[in-house]
Amino acid sequence: MLRLKGFSRFNVTFENNIFVTCEHFTGKKIGCHYAKLSRMTNQPPDEILTILARDSRTSHETIAKMTGRTLDDVSKSIQQYETDGVIKKYSTVIDWEKASNEIVVAFIDVRVAPARDVGFDAVAGRIARFAQVKSVWLVSGGTDLRVVVEAPSLRELASFVSEKLATLDGVTATTSHFLLKRYKEDGALFFESDQDQRLVVSP
Amino acid sequence: MSQKVSLKPLSKTAIDVPFSGIRRFFDIAAKMTDVISLGVGEPDFATPWSIREAAIYSLEHGQTTYTSNYGLLELRKEIAKYLKTRYEVQYDPEVEVLVTVGVSEGLDLAMRVLLNPGDEVLIPEPCYVSYRPCVSLAGGVPVGVETTSENHFAVTVEQLKAACTERTKAILLGYPSNPTGGILNREQVTDIVNFALERGLYIVSDEIYDRLTYDGMHACVASVPGARDITILLNGFSKAYAMTGWRIAYACAPENILRLMMKLHSYTMLCAPITGQIAALEALKHGESAVLDMVAHYRQRRRLIVDGLNKLGLDCHMPAGAFYAFPSIKSTGLTSEEFAERLLMEEQVAVVPGTAFGAGGDGHIRCSYATSIEKLEIALARMQRFVENLQKRERK
Repeated sequence: MLRLKGFSRFNVTFENNIFVTCEHFTGKKIGCHYAKLSRMTNQPPDEILTILARDSRTSHETIAKMTGRTLDDVSKSIQQYETDGVIKKYSTVIDWEKASNEIVVAFIDVRVAPARDVGFDAVAGRIARFAQVKSVWLVSGGTDLRVVVEAPSLRELASFVSEKLATLDGVTATTSHFLLKRYKEDGALFFESDQDQRLVVSP
Repeated sequence: MSQKVSLKPLSKTAIDVPFSGIRRFFDIAAKMTDVISLGVGEPDFATPWSIREAAIYSLEHGQTTYTSNYGLLELRKEIAKYLKTRYEVQYDPEVEVLVTVGVSEGLDLAMRVLLNPGDEVLIPEPCYVSYRPCVSLAGGVPVGVETTSENHFAVTVEQLKAACTERTKAILLGYPSNPTGGILNREQVTDIVNFALERGLYIVSDEIYDRLTYDGMHACVASVPGARDITILLNGFSKAYAMTGWRIAYACAPENILRLMMKLHSYTMLCAPITGQIAALEALKHGESAVLDMVAHYRQRRRLIVDGLNKLGLDCHMPAGAFYAFPSIKSTGLTSEEFAERLLMEEQVAVVPGTAFGAGGDGHIRCSYATSIEKLEIALARMQRFVENLQKRERK
C-alpha cells in the first residue's frame, strides 16, 4: 500500500491511467489528477518520440528511414504531437561551466498549504509562471513542491526566493539546495567523453 | 656473442593457415585519420553500467580466484535457465554447460572434440573469418557451401546435400550471420536438422547474435526436435550485452561431448576469467532491458543504412539479424577488394570486402551498423560521393 505523507486517505484508480485521489488530513478533498505515478499505458512509446527525446535535431527524413514510415506520415505525426502539446519543446543540454558562463541553480523544496478545490494547482501555477523557474514538480515526501530556479547570480537567486517565492500566499516554508556540480543531465554524462575506443576494423 | 643458429622450421600447420583478410584493412585504416568505420564487428555501446559495476564490486571483495573448469555453477544455472525459458531447450548446468573464453574458444574446442584427421565440415559461406581456420587447425577439412543473396544467405538442404560426402562429419552453422545478417527460420533449421540426423552428422551452431533479430524470434537449433543430441550450441555475451572485451561465452552439448570439451578446456584454458563470469551473471539476471534498448537502436540504424545503400544502387537485402548489411557492389564494376580499398582511400570510409568471408563474398562488402546514426549518415553521404565519382569516371 502506498503512503503519502500528510494525507489521511487516498485511493489509486487503475484504468488506462493511474490517478491518485487524496484527502488531506484536515479533511479537505484534493483531486490530485496530476499525481500520475508512471507511464500511462503499457504500449511501447511511439518510436518518433523516443528518437526525438534522444536527439531533437534528428531530421524528419532520417526519422522516416529509421522507423520505416513515410516522410509524410512522420511529419504529420510530429505536427500533431506539437499541436497536442505532447512535444513541449526542443531543447539542448549544455555544460555551462565548459562554456564559461556562470549560472546559479537552486532546487527549492516548497511546503504549501493546499487550497479547497484546487489543491496545489493554484500555488504551483503562480510559481511556475516566473521566468527564473525552470521546473515545478509536485512530489511525495516531507515537502510538496520541488522547484528548480536559475539565475545569473547568487544575489538575484536569493532575492527571488526571499521576495517572490517565500512570500506567496499558501507557501508556508522553503528549503533551498544550491547546485554545486553537474554529473549527469537528461541522460548525458558530464564527466566522460563518448570517444569510440574500438579497433577501426575487426572481425 | 651472436652465434648464427640454424633453427628448425616452425609448425607447417600454423604457417599454412592464412591470415584473415580483415587484417590488411585494419593495418591501412588504423594509420588514417577522420575514418568513419563501418568495419567494426562489435557493438558501439559500452557494457551496461550495472554489469560493469557488479564486476568492480567483485574485485573490491577479492573475487579473484580460479573457478571450476566448467565455470561458476551459478552462472551455468542461469545460462541453463535462460535457454529453457527462451527456447525451451533443457541442459543440465552441472555437466552440459561449459563457460568458455568467447565463442572463439568454444568453436575451437568443438572442432577438436569432433574431428579426426581428414573429417570434413560443411560451412555455409560467406561466414565468420575463423570458421575455416578452426576446422583446419583441428585436423579437419573445411568445405565451403556457397549461399546467395537471392536466398538472403540462408543455406538450403539441397546445397548441403550437394557438398556432403562420406567424410563429412559436421555442419557448422553461424546464424544470424556475420557478415551477411542472414538468418535461418525454424522451418529451415528443422530441414537441416533432419538432414543431419539422416546422415549421422553433428551440428555446431554459433548463435552469438541470437538476441539481435528484428523480424521475430531467433530459431535456436537445439530447440528443434531431435537436434539437441547432435548439436553443440555456442553462444555468449559479447553481442547482446555489448561485452566483447570480457571474452565470456558458453558451450552447451550432451554430456559425452561436453565432458571432452571440458577436458581440453581444463588443459588449455583452465577456466574463463572470474570477473567476466560474474559480469555475465549480472547480465543474465538484470540485463534484459539493456538488451531491448540496444536492439531498438540497431533496428532503426538497420532501416537507415539499408535504405541508404539501396538508394546508392548497392543492392542490399534487409538483413534479419546481427548488425551487418551486406550489399552487392557488382553494379560498380569493381571487385570487393578494390571497392573497399578505394572507398577507404578516397572517402575515408572503412568497410570490409566480402572476400574476407569466403565463397560468395566477392561482389559484396560488409557494412556494420553498430555505429551512431550521425556517423551512418556521414558514411552514406561519403559513399554516395564515391559511387557518383566512379560513374563520372566511367562515362569519360
